[in-house]
Amino acid sequence: MTFDPQIAAIRLGYGLSPLTAPPATAGDLLDSVRLAGMDQDPMRMRRVRRVQDRLVKLNARMKNAQGAEKADTRDRKRAYQRKIRDLERQLVQRRIARAVGDPAGFGERLVQFWSDHFTVSGGGLQQMLMAASLVDEAIRPHLSGRFADMMFAAETHPRMLTYLDQARSFGPNSTIARRQQNRELGLNENLAREMIELHSLGVAGDYTQTDVRQLAKLLTGLTYNARKDQSFRPGMAEPGAETVLGRSYGGDGPARLADIRAVIDDLAGHEDTASHLARKLAVHFVSDDPPAGLIGRLAAVYRETDGDLGMLSAALAEAPEVAAHFRAKMRQPFDFLVAALRGLGFDRDAVMALPLREAHARLINPLKGMGQDWGRPRGPDGWPEAAESWVTPQGLATRIDWAMRHPAKLVATLPDPRSFLISTLGDTASDALRWAVPKAESAREGLAIILASSDFNRR
Amino acid sequence: MLSRRLFLKSSALIGCSAAAHPLLSSIALASAPGENRLVVIILRGAMDGLDVFQPYGDPHLRALRRTLSPGPDGGALDLDGFFALHPALAPLMPLWRAGELGFAPAVSTPYRDKRSHFDGQDMLEAGTGTDLALYQQRDGWLNRLLQTMPNISSETAYSVGLEKMRILGGPAPSKSWAPEAAFSLSPQAQRLLERVYHDDPLFREAGGQAMEIVSEGIGTIHEDGGPTRDTRALARFAADRLSAGTRIATFSISGWDSHARQSKVIGRALDRLSDAILTLREGLGRTWMKTTVLAMTEFGRTAAENGTGGTDHGTGGALLMAGGAVRGGRAMGRWPGLAEGDLYAGRDLMPVRDIRAYAAWALHDLYGVRREVLEGTVFPGLDMEDNPRILA
Repeated sequence: MTFDPQIAAIRLGYGLSPLTAPPATAGDLLDSVRLAGMDQDPMRMRRVRRVQDRLVKLNARMKNAQGAEKADTRDRKRAYQRKIRDLERQLVQRRIARAVGDPAGFGERLVQFWSDHFTVSGGGLQQMLMAASLVDEAIRPHLSGRFADMMFAAETHPRMLTYLDQARSFGPNSTIARRQQNRELGLNENLAREMIELHSLGVAGDYTQTDVRQLAKLLTGLTYNARKDQSFRPGMAEPGAETVLGRSYGGDGPARLADIRAVIDDLAGHEDTASHLARKLAVHFVSDDPPAGLIGRLAAVYRETDGDLGMLSAALAEAPEVAAHFRAKMRQPFDFLVAALRGLGFDRDAVMALPLREAHARLINPLKGMGQDWGRPRGPDGWPEAAESWVTPQGLATRIDWAMRHPAKLVATLPDPRSFLISTLGDTASDALRWAVPKAESAREGLAIILASSDFNRR
Repeated sequence: MLSRRLFLKSSALIGCSAAAHPLLSSIALASAPGENRLVVIILRGAMDGLDVFQPYGDPHLRALRRTLSPGPDGGALDLDGFFALHPALAPLMPLWRAGELGFAPAVSTPYRDKRSHFDGQDMLEAGTGTDLALYQQRDGWLNRLLQTMPNISSETAYSVGLEKMRILGGPAPSKSWAPEAAFSLSPQAQRLLERVYHDDPLFREAGGQAMEIVSEGIGTIHEDGGPTRDTRALARFAADRLSAGTRIATFSISGWDSHARQSKVIGRALDRLSDAILTLREGLGRTWMKTTVLAMTEFGRTAAENGTGGTDHGTGGALLMAGGAVRGGRAMGRWPGLAEGDLYAGRDLMPVRDIRAYAAWALHDLYGVRREVLEGTVFPGLDMEDNPRILA
């Protein structure tokens, strides 16, 4: 099986760019994974806490202040909130910039894949900052590491704990619940369920409601408090041992975070988790209806390497099915914009050089119209995979509209559509598109036809 | 108009002082822009001049065109006993009668034979001959004009709309503006996209509705409704700037590529052109009398009608001139004829004069740019020949 650089760049990365050659070997793809794993000015929870601390103080001052001081504090709070809003948009801009600048694209695609696997969604600005920290502090460092480590980092991340309500889940017999019986503190199964159903075994896996319930009890103690840097509070934990999938965790001693680490290791190492993750990767990168052979091979790699994600990515990079199912997948809106920017000759710095207002109006905001309101997928199962979910009249209209309007505003000189066709689609353009492009009336429309084409929107 | 969000964007090289440009030290300066206004409209997609100004007096026209360009018998408006105006331009008849509308029926750039829209437009906007490779033609001729003028500011020239106006590109400062409104797809772009989507069932199904949504406008449009609102918005903005410090404005109108069902396609494009000119006239008020509008297209179309009620890419085409400053009410230049031996390559209207000569004489008469500057710098290599005296 020969490696096809163009197809690898389009299917496993963010498409071709006139600035960089497509990956020549599977090794180039894995280099890009290493690059995506590296820290580049990450958003850390430490910084989120400083923001939260500042807001708490401003709120307290608002409460106590009178007259002119109150008005002054309100102005300062509003100014600070605007600053945070800008920071949140900058983080999205940076995410786009990193994707545009990733030479082979595979690393940033995997960042998105695993971030979507551990979806967190919505909330206010503080929650959005926390979500960025989840990507930078829980996903990126483990991109080529063990899945169990990534899973532990993600499940115990403050944004996951707040998104899936774990931070408010108390063991019914925990010290705190017994002490404050009037508050009716109790168990919340949300994180426990998604940990099994979405993050590890999958809904088809071999587990029961009792396992979910037991895991929920085992997870008690995990929490998040903006004012206290403490992710595990033994006082919230249900005492005693819990049995999950036939194995007992904890016991008579004090509740320990190590028990949660242990159950996550076992969930990650479960037979069904290997198949679930293998299938999900194949669906995302290869086809909505992926071949069983590929799923089997990926699952085998996962089992044999004890969940080594580096090895799993390598197996995907070398899979012949990648080329065999060309254009079976749709580019999601984020990927569409990144691919368009790459085609227009943007690199990381050029994206970062866009004024924030411009980045918001031309990139972040249009994502919403295309059906991908960034940071706000509808549920914990993340963005949909099926092509039908993205090729809707409204979604496609927004892509066409973007292709007609924004490239001319983003670059000083539009590329000639005939060279743009080569630099974005290489040898892969269909006859229909090759026929149509030179017939466009203007360079702008020629470019728009390429960007709006099914060739460009599929991968 | 006031409620529209303005996105003003200075051209990339606004910081570059015109005085520092080497051209200025080596050539005589033209006079300052003065009070005269110039609007250049690029008609993208190749306008069929034979249908806009129908030479019904030519005995060969009927044999070439079965349904198109029927002349006064088919509803066109007689102009001078030989040419008749396409009925979609009927709103411009008062201008013709007032001498504010004229045309040159058979002109072209030096571009020949390959008949590519992009290359043809590049050459039209670059204003150069065939001696330079297209990639070397970076500056547009309006920019080179500005480079010869003293006392210009970035406000002196504006490009309006989303299309990149290469005609104004180059080191001399200028401004550009485009409304944040959705631009409808041209009929040609829709047709091409339909073809591109045809073999992909998912896109074929969603595409039709998607294009309807796009043409209804996703963005907010403040201009009154109707199919020509995008163009009117451009013309209104141009008139607004020209009423203040701007002297030169340029924008483009697409939708001329009438390979099939030309009567429908060109009708819509002419509606836009007509509304653009009337909106300029209305918006400029008394300044209209100092204004010259040149509407230029990259090339003409085949003399003969094709099998789908349209025409294909050709060579010679028409230049339209309008404005209070124009000495109109007449066809300018020679008519080459439509007999088989008169056609270029046996298929296209023969261009009898370089379209740049008309533009050059307009610049000469509007701004006092000297002939050697026009023939050496603005339109390098051009022989301007006699003054067609397009200005009153």
